[in-house]
Amino acid sequence: MFDNLDFDVIRRSLPYLFLDGMSFTLMLTGLSALGGLVFGTLIALMRLSSYRLLGRIAGLYVDFMRSLPLVLVIFWFYFLVPYIGQWLTGASRPIRVGAFTSSLVTFIMFEAAYFSEIMRAGIQSISKGQPAAASALGLTYSQSMRYIVLPQAFRNMLPVLLTQTIVLFQDTSLVYVLSIPDFLGAASKVAQRDGRLVEMYLFAAAVYFAISCVASYGVRRLQARIAIVR
Amino acid sequence: MKHRQIIGCLVAGALCTTPAMAQELTGTLKNIKDTGAITLGFRDSSIPFSYLDDNQKPIGYAMDICYKIVDAVKKELKLDKLEVKLNPVTSSTRIPLLANGTIDLECGSTTNNVERQKQIAYTNTHFLTASRYVTKKAAKINSIDELKGKSVVSTAGTTNIKQLTEANAARSLNINIIPAKDHAEAFLMVETDRAVAFVMDDILLASLIAGSKAPADYVISKDAFSKPEPYGIMLRKDDPAFKKVVDAATAALYTGGEGQKIYDKWFTQKIPPKGLNLNVPISAELKNEFAKPSDSPDPDSYK
Amino acid sequence: MNYNWNWHIFFEPNPTGAGTYLDMLVSGLLLTIKTALLAWIIALVFGTIIGILRSLPSKTASWVGFAYVEFFRNMPLLVQLFLWFFVLPELLPRAAGLWMKQLPNAPFWTAAIGVGLFMSARVAVQLAAGIASLPRGQKQAATALGLTTGQGYRYVLLPIAFRIILPPLTSEFLNTIKNTSVAITIGLIELTGQARAMQEFSFQVFEAFTAATVMYLAINIVVVTGMRLLERSLAIPGYIAGK
Repeated sequence: MFDNLDFDVIRRSLPYLFLDGMSFTLMLTGLSALGGLVFGTLIALMRLSSYRLLGRIAGLYVDFMRSLPLVLVIFWFYFLVPYIGQWLTGASRPIRVGAFTSSLVTFIMFEAAYFSEIMRAGIQSISKGQPAAASALGLTYSQSMRYIVLPQAFRNMLPVLLTQTIVLFQDTSLVYVLSIPDFLGAASKVAQRDGRLVEMYLFAAAVYFAISCVASYGVRRLQARIAIVR
Repeated sequence: MKHRQIIGCLVAGALCTTPAMAQELTGTLKNIKDTGAITLGFRDSSIPFSYLDDNQKPIGYAMDICYKIVDAVKKELKLDKLEVKLNPVTSSTRIPLLANGTIDLECGSTTNNVERQKQIAYTNTHFLTASRYVTKKAAKINSIDELKGKSVVSTAGTTNIKQLTEANAARSLNINIIPAKDHAEAFLMVETDRAVAFVMDDILLASLIAGSKAPADYVISKDAFSKPEPYGIMLRKDDPAFKKVVDAATAALYTGGEGQKIYDKWFTQKIPPKGLNLNVPISAELKNEFAKPSDSPDPDSYK
Repeated sequence: MNYNWNWHIFFEPNPTGAGTYLDMLVSGLLLTIKTALLAWIIALVFGTIIGILRSLPSKTASWVGFAYVEFFRNMPLLVQLFLWFFVLPELLPRAAGLWMKQLPNAPFWTAAIGVGLFMSARVAVQLAAGIASLPRGQKQAATALGLTTGQGYRYVLLPIAFRIILPPLTSEFLNTIKNTSVAITIGLIELTGQARAMQEFSFQVFEAFTAATVMYLAINIVVVTGMRLLERSLAIPGYIAGK
């Protein structure tokens, strides 16, 4: 069963797997989480704003994104982003967008829908007295959001946001469908070139598992600490 | 006074024409000049046309041809430096990614046919190959009809999977067609007995067999799903200026004998990463085509 | 945008010889629904068992539940499908592996089981939380009435816990439907796969993906509406969701 397996193939491809593959995955995860958080917060603010129309648009965006499978969204954006770029810049031809940028835009737009729901819950968890007090002190809406509400909402929701980031980390593996060499893509390229699917996929699974496990353990500890402080 | 007017006219004319000539640069050429970069689309496992070597860098026969095209573009635009970007494509993504500007040239093993020419353009043909299938010798499958009711794999987005789908319907074979992401994945499905056959261009099948763990286990079918069809490097449609440069570059390459040298390097000598020799000398048809380069999608025009 | 729109493409014949491109997409839609339903049944069955294990006082039981959930939650779904599809048959005895690989609908079964187990971990977490949210008196009352632990769960705890977690379960069911699209990577030609195939055959990328998008939205609306009706019909007057 295990006798004709060749685990040396993993050792030989380690530099490629980690320096190219994992760094792509981690960069994509990190930047998408940041971008998703920024956009998500804006969407959450739109949803909670007193302008009905803004709220509806934001709500539609969130519902729309959340009803689509990520694989479909990845295909959509990979083919569409250059045209969006053309439209935004008014260029005469679709602008050239690389694989990384395209994936980044995809994940930011997709994750923003999920992060916005978390941030909305976070903002709603702040008691109404706080923004009221802020405005009584003469703070404008944006000041009160920036200095009073959002920092607390972010803090309260930090464990959930991090958990969502772990999900995002796993989801980035789906860029595999575009043959982009993220960690799993790199592993599958080696696996297929050398006919070593079993070894490479077991290894990839172990790496994802280890990273996600450690990260979610960290989140649980953080959650416990925050809970005590409150 | 008259003289002055004439001189004035000439000067104005000269001033006008220079920028006008620069403005004439349109489409892909303009884009390349503006950004100082050209993007080549490459394949993971189209051996020996476009595939990843041991360092995961794309190499191959079509890649070499593309680099020659890049040189010609650089010369045409009088650029000192032209950055070459590489973007992975699959059979499924190559046409949309070319259309949406992600890549400028697709350097691989793309069959040139009339239907696709409605979407994209091809430069001169660089290979001719027919669609066949590979099976394990042990499976003892001798004709397309014997695939009846079996699982057969092909690569998603290829002409081959389309031909298989059509044959399946026309002959009511009831084949369970599995689409794979790329050729290597599809071949592994046969190697691991998930599918009995893999339908693909025979040259790609031959390379995959040669690179496999037990080449003697496999056999390529005598039956073909198609006549030998041309392969071309794809570029965007409706971009005559760019096509002219690319066509001129490939024509010069093929007629000048350098095309044959590049061919020999990939098909009759040892190639990385495993040092295989495919031993496929140039066919009479391709030799003719090299003498008279053509981008015709019609298989019969190459006879 | 220099793209040739052609909305009539849906009514043109597809290369499979069986109907139009629209028929192709509809067959993909049906396969998506079929796969998702089977996966959801698996997710509910395993999720319930593991959810109960996690809520039991026994240390071993809750550890088993914890390990199960961690195992399925900490690996990308795509990797799990690869493990089931490419790795498992190679590790089995040759005959068993071969049987598995030559199943006529191997991608379908692998997808349903793979997605089902992946989602079962999420169902288990929801259910355990639902059970934990019940007042302790419920369990004690069940015991006082002379119900065994099994009966207590069957007649008292689970019916209420499931009602409480119905809203999150709705979104987990929607996730199950969406997650079946990951099986495109193991050769399952469900809705996203058919949209991609249509793109490859007809070159009309955006029409194909637009149609798939509309179909996914429609499924969503149907499921959300259906679950809302279910929620209403199951509500116990004067209790939790029964307004």
